[in-house]
Amino acid sequence: MSTAGQEKVKVRLATTSLAGCFGCHMSFLDIDERLFELAEIAEFDRSPLTDIKHCGPCDIALIEGGVCNTDNVHVVRELRANAKILVAVGACAINGGLPALRNKLDVNAILTQVYRDPKTGEPCVPNSPELPLPLDMVYPVNEIVRVDYSLPGCPPSGDAIWKFLTDLILGRMPRLDYSLLNYD
Amino acid sequence: MAETTFTIDEMPIPFTPGQTILEAAKAAGIYIPHLCYHPELKAHGGCKMCTVLVNGRPQTACTQKAAAGQEVDVDTPELNAMRRTLVQMLFIEGNHFCPGCEKSGACQLQALGYEYEMLTPHFVELYPERKVDASHPDVLIEFNRCVLCELCVRASRDIDHKEVFGIAGRGRDAHLVVNSPTGKLGDSALAVTDRAVQVCPVGAIIVKRVGFAAAPIGERIYDKSPISAEVDVNESSEAR
Repeated sequence: MSTAGQEKVKVRLATTSLAGCFGCHMSFLDIDERLFELAEIAEFDRSPLTDIKHCGPCDIALIEGGVCNTDNVHVVRELRANAKILVAVGACAINGGLPALRNKLDVNAILTQVYRDPKTGEPCVPNSPELPLPLDMVYPVNEIVRVDYSLPGCPPSGDAIWKFLTDLILGRMPRLDYSLLNYD
Repeated sequence: MAETTFTIDEMPIPFTPGQTILEAAKAAGIYIPHLCYHPELKAHGGCKMCTVLVNGRPQTACTQKAAAGQEVDVDTPELNAMRRTLVQMLFIEGNHFCPGCEKSGACQLQALGYEYEMLTPHFVELYPERKVDASHPDVLIEFNRCVLCELCVRASRDIDHKEVFGIAGRGRDAHLVVNSPTGKLGDSALAVTDRAVQVCPVGAIIVKRVGFAAAPIGERIYDKSPISAEVDVNESSEAR
C-alpha cells in the first residue's frame, strides 16, 4: 500500500569535464531551483559535484569538453562502459571547440615553445609520471567512444540542459525548441 | 490556369515563364533552403541545399525552371534529412568554431544547422589547415570558414567587375583564391564597399573593426527568427 520507507529508484547521473572550461557545468547549475526537483528523481555518480573519482553503473553520463590527453580517453571509456546513455554536452565535446584550435599546430612545437627548464632556460617538455600524455589533437568525444546524444551550445543554456535532461529521464526523444538550440 | 501553375508539396504555385522553382516559391512565400543562391547573381547550383524533387527526380530549385504541371516536393522528411547531412559535411570540412566567429547569429550555414536541427556535425572532423589573410586594410578572409559557395566570386565578377576571387583546385582540394600578384587580398583591387564583401553567407569575408558589435546575443538575425522565415524580398541577411 504505502511506499513510505521504500526507497524510490533514482536516475543515476554522471558528469565530467575534460578539455573544456567548466562552463557547461556552470550552466548546469544555472537550472537553479530546479536542482531540487532534479534531486527528487536523480542522484549523482562520478561528477565534479560529488567528487566521486570513478564511475559505477549509471543511467546518463554528461560529458563536457573534448578529448585532449590519455587521461581523458580513460575517463570517456569508463563513462561509456558504465552509462546507458552518453551525452556530449557543449561545443568542445561535440567538435573539439576552442581547445581544438591547437589541432593545426605540432604538439612538440607547442610544448617546447611554452616550457623552459628553470635552471638552464632551455626548452624542456614536462615529463612527470603524474601528467597524462597530450594527444596529437583534441578530439570530439564521438571520435573516441560512441555518443548517444549531443547537446550543442557554448555553453548550452540552463533551460536547454533542463529540457534535454528531463526529456531523457522521462523517456522522450530529446528535442530543443528553436530558442534553445545554439552553437555559441 | 493549368498553364501557369505547378505544385509545391501539393499546393498550386503560380509562376511566370523563365522563373526558377526557387524564385516562384519565394514569390509565393514558400521557403526553399539555399546557401549559394543570391537574387542579384546568376544561379550556381553548387551547394545543393535547394535540392527538391521535381516529378520525383532531384533537381536544384535555383537552376531548374518552373514548368506547368510540375509536381515539386520541398518539405519532406527525406529531403530535410539530406539537407541536414549536407550542413554536417560543410561543418566538418572547414573549421567552423561558432563561439569565436563574428558572424555567429547572422550566419546562414549556422542558421541552416538550426533549421534542420543539427545537434552534432556527426562525421569525423577534417580540421583542415587554412590560413587567415589579413593583408587588406579593411577586410580579412578567414579561409577556415569558407564553404565555397562562390557568391564572392560571382559578385566580384558580375557586380563589382573586378574578378578579385576565384576557386582553384578540384574536389576536396578546391579552395578560394585571390586574384592579385601576390595572392594576398591587400594587393588586390578589393574595396570594403564591394558587393563581394557583403554577400558572404558565412564568416569567411569579414569587415575589420566591426567584431561582435553588429548586434548583441539575443538581438542577432537568427536569434529572433529562423532562416525559413526569410522568404520573398525582405531577406535581412541578403539585403545587407
